[in-house]
Amino acid sequence: MASKKMADGGLPVVARFEVRHRNYLAPDGSINRPLPAFASDANLLVSLYRAMVLLRSFDRKAVALQRTGRLGTYAVSLGQEAVSVGIASAMRSEDVLLPSYRDNGALLWRGVNPEEILLFWGGDERGNHFSGPVEDFPFCVPVGSQAPHAAGVGYAFKLRKEPRVAVCLFGDGATSKGDVYEAMNFAGVHKLPVVFVATNNQWAISVPLRLQTGCETLAQKAIAAGFIGEQVDGSDVVAVRAAAEEAVAAARDGQGPRFIEALAYRLGDHTTSDDASRYRQEAEVQARWREEPIARLRAFLVGQKMWSKAEEERLAAECHERVEAAVERYLATEPRRPETMFDHLYAELPEVYAAQRRELAGEGDV
Amino acid sequence: MSEMTLVEAINLALARAMEDDPDVIVLGEDVGINGGVFRATAGLQTRFGSERVLDTPLAELLISGLCVGMAAQGLKPIGEIQFMGFLYPCIDQLVNHASRIRNRSQGRLTCPMVLRTPHGAGIRAPEHHSESTEAMLAHIPGLRVVIPSSPERAYGLLLAAIRDPDPVVFLEPTRIYRAAKGEVEDNGEALPLDVAFVLREGRDVTLISWGAMLKETMAAADALAVEGITAEVVDLATLKPYDEVTVLGSVAKTGRCVIVHEATRTGGFGAEIAALIAERSLTSLLAPVARITGYDTVIPMARLEQHMMPSVGRIVTAARKACQFS
Ligand SMILES: Cc1ncc(C[n+]2csc(CCOP(=O)(O)OP(=O)(O)O)c2C)c(N)n1
Ligand SMILES: [Mg+2]
Repeated sequence: MASKKMADGGLPVVARFEVRHRNYLAPDGSINRPLPAFASDANLLVSLYRAMVLLRSFDRKAVALQRTGRLGTYAVSLGQEAVSVGIASAMRSEDVLLPSYRDNGALLWRGVNPEEILLFWGGDERGNHFSGPVEDFPFCVPVGSQAPHAAGVGYAFKLRKEPRVAVCLFGDGATSKGDVYEAMNFAGVHKLPVVFVATNNQWAISVPLRLQTGCETLAQKAIAAGFIGEQVDGSDVVAVRAAAEEAVAAARDGQGPRFIEALAYRLGDHTTSDDASRYRQEAEVQARWREEPIARLRAFLVGQKMWSKAEEERLAAECHERVEAAVERYLATEPRRPETMFDHLYAELPEVYAAQRRELAGEGDV
Repeated sequence: MSEMTLVEAINLALARAMEDDPDVIVLGEDVGINGGVFRATAGLQTRFGSERVLDTPLAELLISGLCVGMAAQGLKPIGEIQFMGFLYPCIDQLVNHASRIRNRSQGRLTCPMVLRTPHGAGIRAPEHHSESTEAMLAHIPGLRVVIPSSPERAYGLLLAAIRDPDPVVFLEPTRIYRAAKGEVEDNGEALPLDVAFVLREGRDVTLISWGAMLKETMAAADALAVEGITAEVVDLATLKPYDEVTVLGSVAKTGRCVIVHEATRTGGFGAEIAALIAERSLTSLLAPVARITGYDTVIPMARLEQHMMPSVGRIVTAARKACQFS
């Protein structure tokens, strides 16, 4: 942008930076440039596809539960399934995931049970005691506040010389927070094995990206922290996976942090508490549907004869069954007794609070 | 006069303040076209433009710090923090700057800002959306902390907060945003800050509360009346600085006091009131001061939150016990 150029006055240039954009699959599933090596692995591509379809059917069911009073506020991933799935697919189980509240695709990929996710959004803390890797962080609701934790986790890995990577997911809105800048800065200083991923779905509730930043890209924010920032087409799971693979490998190899800006679009409301028609045009949303990640990968797979109509039908039935079974287990979960709100408050509940716990248990008052 | 909800009364006061004073600026996340996640700023951007009603980037520390700078320039910023659980980054700005810039600069710079935020649990919201950490704020010298309990007081107290020459944190009881309805006249009249409201007179016991908990407290007073116990109900309304005179006057009359708040017990604002009574009014007491509060644990998510909050039953039991004591 010309307006951003200053008069050079013959002064020497001391630094120059660039940000690259990665994309392989066009919206219609055709190929834009030679695919990365992993894309010849049909099983992997199909498993990415299956994970995205599962996520979408899980989301649909969760919203239905919310609408019928059986779940609390819920945030769907509609339109950005490729990001959380693609990123998680490049991680090892011993890596640590630090998700936001919209990264169910990553949690499911890493072995969290769907009913555990429902339990959390159903207002029960036990959902955070999940079946995913034990060192993974729970959902993070205060936007961006998990980013410094990622740097802390990365520091621990580096200190102990463990070849592990912390992967931190957040939204475009989160990139405005000091937490995120501060975490990236520290990770840059110490060349920590951290991969920061911003899912740029263009919206932070009703606030559009242009009110969030004056930058052309979010990826360039990494440059100020001293490491590589890359923009990827977040509706192209091949691109997301490729960028994540490279970033995670570099971080594991001691080359320091990376930042991935995954360009996507939030096709749904912010959460079930939101009504996006108040602040954005339906036409804009409709136009973005042609980019969505699931149809795109399906078109590619079908074109490559890696996927058939029969398999599609089988998958739909399978997802339906899996989700319904999870919902059944969720709804059958024993309620917690009120006094359990004191469980895990401290390693050992101090005696002064034990009386309050007894009161809640109906064993005499304070 | 028209009947409206508490959140509508907030909206009305904001519109009135913006209409009356071009220096009033509203800023926060989603306050513009979306009108705030609770609709408190609905219609303001259309009416007053996006320079005076601005959607900020997602950054709470920024919102509070912008307010300090704007206020030092003579503007009257009203920042919105979407939920109290996201106010904590603002503590730096509130403690180190907003509350003491007048004192630090010996009156040269001042900070007439308002920071509004929803307060409390009870709407089955996700994690971190149900905080009631008002005592933390009331601990900060130089700050005012206000919390209304009805549409009428929301309107009058918010106008007062906006016009006040010092920083005010204005807590809005989320649980009764829509549940509380009442007549409000858009007359531009502020209610006094630093003054408690006696919502109901009584002889036997003083019940002190603020915000949404006044709903349960008033219901408890009704239940006690059936038993022949007349309770005086005090809405503290401003927690910092608070109206010691009304508190002490009421306790001198009744000799008994039950303080009700949904915030956790230890270090809660009830402890401050109990200490005041112990220091200044011990001889008028006929029974120990009682506190009915949230438990000393993390506010649970939706499934258990109602068990955390003081119930009418717990308040009645405490008041009855005080009356039976002597
Ligand atoms: C610190 C903080 N401020 C405000 C909120 C309320 N809130 C929840 S999500 C959200 C928008 C987040 O946008 P973005 O980071 O782009 O993520 P997205 O929701 O689009 O995935 C806001 C303002 C919050 N949860 N945390
Ligand atoms: Mg976003």
